[in-house]
Amino acid sequence: MMTNHNGIVTQGQFSFLPPLTDVQITAQLKYALKHGWAIGIEYTDDPHPRNTYWEMFGNPMFDLKDPAGILLEINNCRKTFPHHYIRVVASSAVRGVESPTMSYIVNRPKKEPGFGVVRQESDGRNIRYTIHSYATDKPEGERY
Amino acid sequence: MTESIISNTEVFADDTPIDLAAELSASNVTEILDKLDRELVGLKPVKTRIRETAALLLVDRVRRKMNLSAASPTLHMSFTGNPGTGKTTVALRMAEILHRLGYVREGHLVSVTRDDLVGQYIGHTAPKTKEVIKKAMGGVLFIDEAYYLYKPENERDYGAESIEILLQVMENNRDDLVVILAGYKNRMDRFFESNPGMRSRIAHHIDFPDYSAEELLVIAKLMLAQQNYRFSADGEKAFAQYLPLRMGMTHFANARSVRNALDRARLRQANRLFASSGRKLTKLDLMTLEPEDILVSRVFQEGKVDLDGDEGANAQ
Repeated sequence: MMTNHNGIVTQGQFSFLPPLTDVQITAQLKYALKHGWAIGIEYTDDPHPRNTYWEMFGNPMFDLKDPAGILLEINNCRKTFPHHYIRVVASSAVRGVESPTMSYIVNRPKKEPGFGVVRQESDGRNIRYTIHSYATDKPEGERY
Repeated sequence: MTESIISNTEVFADDTPIDLAAELSASNVTEILDKLDRELVGLKPVKTRIRETAALLLVDRVRRKMNLSAASPTLHMSFTGNPGTGKTTVALRMAEILHRLGYVREGHLVSVTRDDLVGQYIGHTAPKTKEVIKKAMGGVLFIDEAYYLYKPENERDYGAESIEILLQVMENNRDDLVVILAGYKNRMDRFFESNPGMRSRIAHHIDFPDYSAEELLVIAKLMLAQQNYRFSADGEKAFAQYLPLRMGMTHFANARSVRNALDRARLRQANRLFASSGRKLTKLDLMTLEPEDILVSRVFQEGKVDLDGDEGANAQ
């Protein structure tokens, strides 16, 4: 159930497609900038679907005109965390709060072990299910 | 870079005809150059330099199309000159020209001073400078009074860190942004002497001359026209007398001083109109600056600068 044909984590936009090239990322960034969205870069080594808040790589970037600066930061982040998941998040302030409007992964570990189903026997013959990332068996920073 | 600049591998014959005029009209640069001529009074050497630079960039662009050029030209510039000589205005036009020619993608101008680049404690400068650079990418970064970045008397000053980052970006991200440094001539010269790296990365040094009294009078009339004011015939004569006097005094900041003088004249005009309440006023009265609005200035009375409102050379 938690596996897919590529054997990779599928979160956010474009995750069923082959990895985005820098040119494609630039085009997506341009789209976000055109709408005046703030863009942040975030990373994590715990890709559990319920792990919503990833670590921020620097502050979100406001008032930019050109994607070159963001791409520079993405590449910095890739250099710093080559084996982490890195995503780009665009937030729109139209509703009065910065609400996420775009989110896509731009870097992922070479090998993604995926998730396993854990069954817990509870009262009666009930079974509780949860999913568990194999990577998180290891401590933070040593996972990928 | 625009698509036209993306190089291909096609080889052109040596006698391929080149239509420079068509190229020029396609880029719409003449429009901006003419606007520059129209809106900026004087500044002959600056205008010539900018025309030359535009021609160079245009030819370079055509050469790229013919697969002749190798590296992209260095476009970083330094504008030197006294305050109020139009450095910021020209930088704004320059950004537009570079944009039309396809050397910057967005063509916006980010104007900063030392405060925006240099942090206040260790580790504060790099993120601050980088943020400004990111904002300027795709456009022009205009650093006003750039010599304040380098303070040789304080070796722990964080300005050096900022310069280092700027140098790196000026070298590695040449396609992404153009840096224009601006400031007084002699202080900029000293700045470049102590930062040879900076000097070698700047290809175009443009010096802004001071305005003559006649040019300042034309500027004054332009400024007034923009605000729907005008001199009476005598008022213009009075202002023409005022200018050489003011020019000889301290803290003379060219067009900026003219603007301040006009602002004070407007103030006096308003007071005069108020005081003459017995008389019937017309629309013309509201628009006209009379000699008495100018002759009251302390420049005439005491040979001193009016201090109220005239911040002089150091203000923006």
